[in-house]
Amino acid sequence: MDYYDIFISVLSSTIRLSIPLIFTALAGLFSERAGIFDIGLEGKMLGSAFAAACIAYLTGSAWLGLGAGIVCSVALSLVHGFASITNRGNQIVSGVAINFFIAGITIVLGQAWFGQGGRTPQLSAEARFAPIILPGADAARGIPILGPLYANVISGNNILTYLAFLAVPFSWWVLYRTRFGLRLRAVGENPGAVDTAGISVAWLRYRAVMCAGILCGFAGTYLAIAQSAAFIKDMSAGKGYIALAALVFAKWKPVPVMFACLLFGFLDALANFMQGKQVPLIGEVPVQVFQALPYILTCILLAGFIGVATPPKAGGVPYTKER
Amino acid sequence: MSTASVPLPNWINYGLIPLLNLIVAFLISGFVVWLIGESPLGALSLLIEGAFGSGEGIGFTLYYATSFIFTGLSVAVAIHAGLFNIGSEGQAYVGGLGCALVALALDRYVPWYVTMPIAVVGAGLFGAAWAFIPAFLQAKRGSHIVITTIMFNYIAAALMVYLLVHVLIVPGKMAPETRTFLDGGQLPKLGWVMSIFGSKLGAAPFNVSFIIALLAAWFVWILIWRTKLGFEMRTLGVSSTAAEYAGIPYARIVIIAMLLSGALAGMMALNPVMGSSARLQVEFVGGAGFVGIAVSLMGRNHPLGIIFAAILFGILYQGGDWISFEMPNITREMILVIQGLVILFAGALEYMFRPAMVHLYQQFKRA
Repeated sequence: MDYYDIFISVLSSTIRLSIPLIFTALAGLFSERAGIFDIGLEGKMLGSAFAAACIAYLTGSAWLGLGAGIVCSVALSLVHGFASITNRGNQIVSGVAINFFIAGITIVLGQAWFGQGGRTPQLSAEARFAPIILPGADAARGIPILGPLYANVISGNNILTYLAFLAVPFSWWVLYRTRFGLRLRAVGENPGAVDTAGISVAWLRYRAVMCAGILCGFAGTYLAIAQSAAFIKDMSAGKGYIALAALVFAKWKPVPVMFACLLFGFLDALANFMQGKQVPLIGEVPVQVFQALPYILTCILLAGFIGVATPPKAGGVPYTKER
Repeated sequence: MSTASVPLPNWINYGLIPLLNLIVAFLISGFVVWLIGESPLGALSLLIEGAFGSGEGIGFTLYYATSFIFTGLSVAVAIHAGLFNIGSEGQAYVGGLGCALVALALDRYVPWYVTMPIAVVGAGLFGAAWAFIPAFLQAKRGSHIVITTIMFNYIAAALMVYLLVHVLIVPGKMAPETRTFLDGGQLPKLGWVMSIFGSKLGAAPFNVSFIIALLAAWFVWILIWRTKLGFEMRTLGVSSTAAEYAGIPYARIVIIAMLLSGALAGMMALNPVMGSSARLQVEFVGGAGFVGIAVSLMGRNHPLGIIFAAILFGILYQGGDWISFEMPNITREMILVIQGLVILFAGALEYMFRPAMVHLYQQFKRA
């Protein structure tokens, strides 16, 4: 395999591994920009993966699977909202609770319903999102440099992949170019001002967490019925936390979120690729180095050594009207 | 008027409301059991039978509780200083390294009672060291402790897997674990405690670290409510601006509180590493760091409450094993479901029942 082929294959797996991160980090963006911390991204992703796999298996339709994934994830968001907006509970605690609950219930129900150790049955091709071959992909393969890039990286992904990349400019547009987005960002910085303007802080925040729920639903669905062909227990494997890291790394901005997710996806792809391979001068780099790198980079960023990441001011603080 | 400011007597605040939260969590768990097609009452009786039915069951319950006391205290100490330490899991993991290194170095030369205090210190130091960087970043650079401690959990996991696979592994063996400690590196079991009550410990790994856990709880109680440092921590926890006006050094207290929290989490490793498996294994913490969050919330951050809450979670873990053994339809992960619900109702929704309670209490007082 020559170097360009390796590059293409790492790049295409980078894209594959980044998609759930992009959806989830955008979800966190909506929630945290509105002042609601969301540690529960991991759980929502896992829960929607399970729901999507179950419904896709039962109905044989990938789209109904996606719908179920979104419904499940939005329902969890509403629980988070009820605890942290209506009851002014601790947002971190609520997120942790959701992660625990989902990590358990998906396995308990999966085992009780399908009896395969927490897995869901293998999905048929119709129940999954199939790769889409873009026009001219086969013809382009012969063109040097750009051909393989078009045929193997840009073409041949499933619809959710393209939606993820569309979701980035769309999120930017919603947050920065609509009235809803302006208010959403304002409620994360100064809920008192929003309240004084006669806008309901609670309803705005509920809508923000619902946006987060919808996006997490896409992420989970992607994991279960686009990337894989079944739900496997604990299949989100910390991706929700990586997405959270990416969100911090991107300083709570949509386009940098995409690049941070691509970077973390690339590290993941590189880790898979480097397994058991020698690096000139260094020797074999342990896979754990790549695994830890996103977290280490995020901590370095948080420490303010590569610019300062300022979180939304009202993040994590429940809003009390009387104060 | 907001009901949040109406004072309620302690027995309602610390007894009735947590109990109510627990009952709701159990009712929903029972509903899940019913959904699966099993009997919730049957599951409950199996839970109790598994946790208390035999000396061995009680031994396992207390073994689990030991770990949870340590991690619960770890979370509570940080919370008293207004810090949410989600990193107990990683700190316990790295603490295991400290305690294993001591055991590996000393086990062939000295008996366990010499190794133990040094291992306590080793585990505590390693755990504290792992908490230091997030603490420093919070105190000096203003990075959010929740996010950095989460990151450090994953860094710890990667580091420990690397060490166990590449450094500490026994040459020629496949399993990523250290060699088995000799007698000098193993904590004795507390079989004699069981025999006082006329039952046998059996295979349960209930060991001396339980006593260390109780001592740690007592130490935390003294620290938080009987020392100047504890007072400063609590002041900071209630209001960092008030603490600043009172001349309490923010950075110093944050770092000290997190070091203590990390040390307590690290000491948890004694129980599984030296008390049970006598070797350092991958993922030996097994979520106990996160259970600590639930335990601390249930126990209202008070050492005595934490001991009770830890035993409750010990019952859940041991009883849950028993249920999954007797009712194969219900897997062990049911514990995670119950745990999630307990955290949700006791932690995030802790004020949900308060207005109703205030209302009832005021009616009751008028009558």
